[in-house]
Amino acid sequence: MEVPILKQGAVLIATFQAALSDADLNQLRMGLVQQVVKFRSRAVIVDVTAMDVMDSFASRTLREIAHMIRLRGAETVIVGIQPEVAFAMVQLGLTLEGVATALDLEEGLAYLNEKFKTTN
Amino acid sequence: MSVGEIRVAINSDQDIVTARQRGRVMASELGFSSGDATLIATAISELARNIVSYAGKGQITLKIANTLSRQGISVVATDDGPGIPDIRQALRDGFSTSGSLGLGLPGVRRLMDEFEISSQPGQGTTVTVKKWRQ
Repeated sequence: MEVPILKQGAVLIATFQAALSDADLNQLRMGLVQQVVKFRSRAVIVDVTAMDVMDSFASRTLREIAHMIRLRGAETVIVGIQPEVAFAMVQLGLTLEGVATALDLEEGLAYLNEKFKTTN
Repeated sequence: MSVGEIRVAINSDQDIVTARQRGRVMASELGFSSGDATLIATAISELARNIVSYAGKGQITLKIANTLSRQGISVVATDDGPGIPDIRQALRDGFSTSGSLGLGLPGVRRLMDEFEISSQPGQGTTVTVKKWRQ
């Protein structure tokens, strides 16, 4: 299952589906980084609202995406982690340390707007 | 409708998704809250991933685990892989031999109520976890 990536100005928005396999996640990682380069994007929002399970692999992949994109000089914000998923992640010992998170897409965009304003 | 027993063969990363989805459905059918169903699905995901990473293939079996006083779900992950030489070490946070995060087993233990592992080098691994309904 491929993850759709939308281009919204300088921001790329990737929306996760419920049932992503490891292969899908790996593909998304490459796809996102390539598109950030192609479109000279300044930020990526990864919307995980639909994700039912965030296990160690998914969590590590998200962190890797954020770090790779930071090396490109762009920002990543993970939005929409469901309360139950957050609870399971903490039990599992998974933190998305060093990765920005926001409540939902709207909050994520607001966070980026604020950030770009202060750096410009 | 009786839920009975569900077996999911684990041969690839796609099967990890199948196993955890079946587990969530079964947990919901057994009356677990959606929060607990998420914990169970996450534990299944980690156990299935261990099978794929360490053994290549194996099986996840989902069963009803009822006692006189409690109702629950039992998840059994079995493989005929290389086995775990040092179980105590494998249960320690941060330990991994496959280059993964090394959070798998201790994390699974925290997600569930009961955790049992048996493994011998060369004879595969069986992990049995249970969660009781609140």
